[in-house]
Amino acid sequence: MINLETPKKFRMLVEQAHRVAEEIFRPNSRRYDRAEHQYPKELDMLGALLDGMNASGSGEGAGAAGVRRSGDGDTGNRNGSNLATVLGTIELCWGDVGFLLTMPRQGLGNAAIASVATDEQLERFKGKWAAMAITEPHCGSDSAAIRTTARLDGDHYVLNGDKIFVTAGERADLIVVWATLDRNAGRAAIKSFVVEKGTPGLELVRLEHKLGIRASDTAQFALRDCRVPKENLLGDPEIRTDKGFAGVMQTFDNTRPLVAAMGVGLARACLEQTRQLLQQAGVDLDPDRPAYAQHAAAAELLRLEADFEAARLLTLQAAWMADNRKPNSLQASMAKAKAGRSCVEIALKCVELCGALGYAETELLEKWARDAKIIDIFEGTQQIQQLIVARRLLGKTSAELK
Amino acid sequence: MSISGKAMGLGLRALNRFAGLPWVDRFGLRKPAERVLFHGAKLGFRTAGALARRFRATQQLLAPVRPAPAQAPALFDLTPTEEQQMLREAALGFALERMRPAAQGADTAGAAPDDILAGIAELGIAQMAIPEALGGVGGERSAITNVLIAEALAQGDMGLAVAALAPVAVSTALVLWGDEHQQATYLPAFVGERAPAAALAVLEPRPLFDPLVLQTRARRSGTDYVLDGVKALVPRAQAAELFVVAAELEGQGPALFIVESSSAGLSVEPDPAMGLRAASTARLHLEGVRLPGNALLGQADAAIYRDCLRLGRVGWCALAVGTAQAALDYVIPYVNERVAFGEPISHRQSVAFAVADIAIELEGMRLATWRAASRAEQGLDFAREAALARRLCADKGMMIGSQAVQLLGGHGFVKEHPVERWYRDLRAAAVMEGVLLV
Repeated sequence: MINLETPKKFRMLVEQAHRVAEEIFRPNSRRYDRAEHQYPKELDMLGALLDGMNASGSGEGAGAAGVRRSGDGDTGNRNGSNLATVLGTIELCWGDVGFLLTMPRQGLGNAAIASVATDEQLERFKGKWAAMAITEPHCGSDSAAIRTTARLDGDHYVLNGDKIFVTAGERADLIVVWATLDRNAGRAAIKSFVVEKGTPGLELVRLEHKLGIRASDTAQFALRDCRVPKENLLGDPEIRTDKGFAGVMQTFDNTRPLVAAMGVGLARACLEQTRQLLQQAGVDLDPDRPAYAQHAAAAELLRLEADFEAARLLTLQAAWMADNRKPNSLQASMAKAKAGRSCVEIALKCVELCGALGYAETELLEKWARDAKIIDIFEGTQQIQQLIVARRLLGKTSAELK
Repeated sequence: MSISGKAMGLGLRALNRFAGLPWVDRFGLRKPAERVLFHGAKLGFRTAGALARRFRATQQLLAPVRPAPAQAPALFDLTPTEEQQMLREAALGFALERMRPAAQGADTAGAAPDDILAGIAELGIAQMAIPEALGGVGGERSAITNVLIAEALAQGDMGLAVAALAPVAVSTALVLWGDEHQQATYLPAFVGERAPAAALAVLEPRPLFDPLVLQTRARRSGTDYVLDGVKALVPRAQAAELFVVAAELEGQGPALFIVESSSAGLSVEPDPAMGLRAASTARLHLEGVRLPGNALLGQADAAIYRDCLRLGRVGWCALAVGTAQAALDYVIPYVNERVAFGEPISHRQSVAFAVADIAIELEGMRLATWRAASRAEQGLDFAREAALARRLCADKGMMIGSQAVQLLGGHGFVKEHPVERWYRDLRAAAVMEGVLLV
């Protein structure tokens, strides 16, 4: 039976996440935006708290590992860890996207491990904080073009290459590195490898200075004859051209709704703040009256909220489909595309509506508008999402629709 | 038709002169001229409302019968119930097999064919809107079911869907807000053999129309009410036997009134529009229409009136979603088959991304509409959700209509393809008020 409200069983979780966002993220937001590269130590405590939340109750936690698809035989409607994770992420990012990205043990690498690791690997990497290393200096969206190589040598793979834009790269315990077993074998040869920090040959080159999400560190790594145990390859070690990219790309079906959720949380923060400031300025919004019969700012706010609502529901849909083991690549990309572009537009428009208050550092609106932009870029840019959606709808291959 | 008055006299004199001119036949102008005159006459003259049957209470009700609100489910769920899926499939089948082929003809004729209206009636939508105690088959109230059906019918044609669903809005209003006398008087007819055409008239013809500030007035006169005003774009008003009319009740704010079409002072004037032409939209003129005291529906309760507006808007959203879905389904094979510069135009990002954006925004419209409807049927406040769905369906729905024409280029502009009609129909979702209730 169709129902799009937050399920009762997750209300507690949502409330807890909101409390964290309100009490810990918000009061520290500005401080770590200014002190880029300084580790927000307040988060250590939080990591422990989240671990506790994950361990308790039904096992449906709020963390990045919540994207693992369980395989029990239940055929009824399920609201599981994907939906819980998305709801938790929305609340936390209402507080601060940068903090969410640097929450201990909640990296996108954790989501990747949760998505494709064997049970043995899952156990071995339990409790570790994992970052994700895909992008290289010469390639971003075209991730099939990566040049980092992995060569099997006895019981080890030897990795060589350069990785940039590694979120939480400095702080994480593990880096999930995409590398190719054979540069001539195309996408099918790309595998992901778990590299532990301190492995000889893994060198942190530098940290980036960024437009936003400055509380989260973004690292560049060099891999020079870096040897990792061959058990650290995630998923299937064989090069299977028929399955192609599927293994590594499967992660995205689970992580894109998460990134969409970040945009949704941020957009809600902007809208709530703007609505409040506009109210103080004497502008109220009556949802029953036609927008154009009201103040222009109220009409604009309604339009922005409508885009927010669409982004939010698309995000919940993608996560719900993952929980119910329905193929959701299309919906995950739709959610990411809509949330990415909407959160940027919403944040920037809110700055404009609030004028000097929106633009100055006295409020957080200008920070959110800077943070927003990355959401339309990482985990696949707006244009990549549009490509994925278009190819699916039109039945085109990547060779036909480039 | 009242063929009287000075204007008509002048028109006939001119016609007489024109008809006598020798070049009229030489240039083959007689037929087109006759057509222009015919439509001119249709447009220019008001007619009295349809002759209404005598609505009379055939049973005594002790209290109004209301449908039970839906149970609030514990989980987030996007799967319709089995019953809803069945109804949706039946409606969709009829929409694609029967409505779509009839749509262009109905659009040109400005009227919905009887067999299409009968076919939609056979789907049992009217019966489902009415509780069993009143002769219908409705149990729980489900705005979602209504949304799914409207969505499916609009995939056939929005104008035809409006023509068919308009009477259901009136019966639904009576079910939701009618007192025992009103229900007993009017509802049995809606489940009978020859169900009446009926319409819920809220919209008025002026810019920045605000349904909370009506110019149609109701004043008290003894125990009666007297209505004056004009309602715009009322579907099938000429055939309608019963109206629910929104009017400002002096001293109380906007309220709903039950108006029978044969009331003195009520007249109907064709009001054809950009789209929805199959719904034969018309203006409803109310000039000193005297109504008995029990014509007031819902005690002029402000909350009821706002609910009425919201449920109507959600209904228009559902139609926009269905129409936009039709556009997407039409555009995909077209851009895959159309070749330019040696390959299908869908191989170009500018084309492919336009298709992707149609799909993304359409899905957002659908989910927002579903959420508003599901909150409504659970008895939750849905003012905000209805407004957001309305905004999305107005903006993105029109974007989709416009992009669909654009993707077909010149072919989208001509009537050989249905896309230009969807473009015209989709604008309605931003303009219309009332008419539907989900």
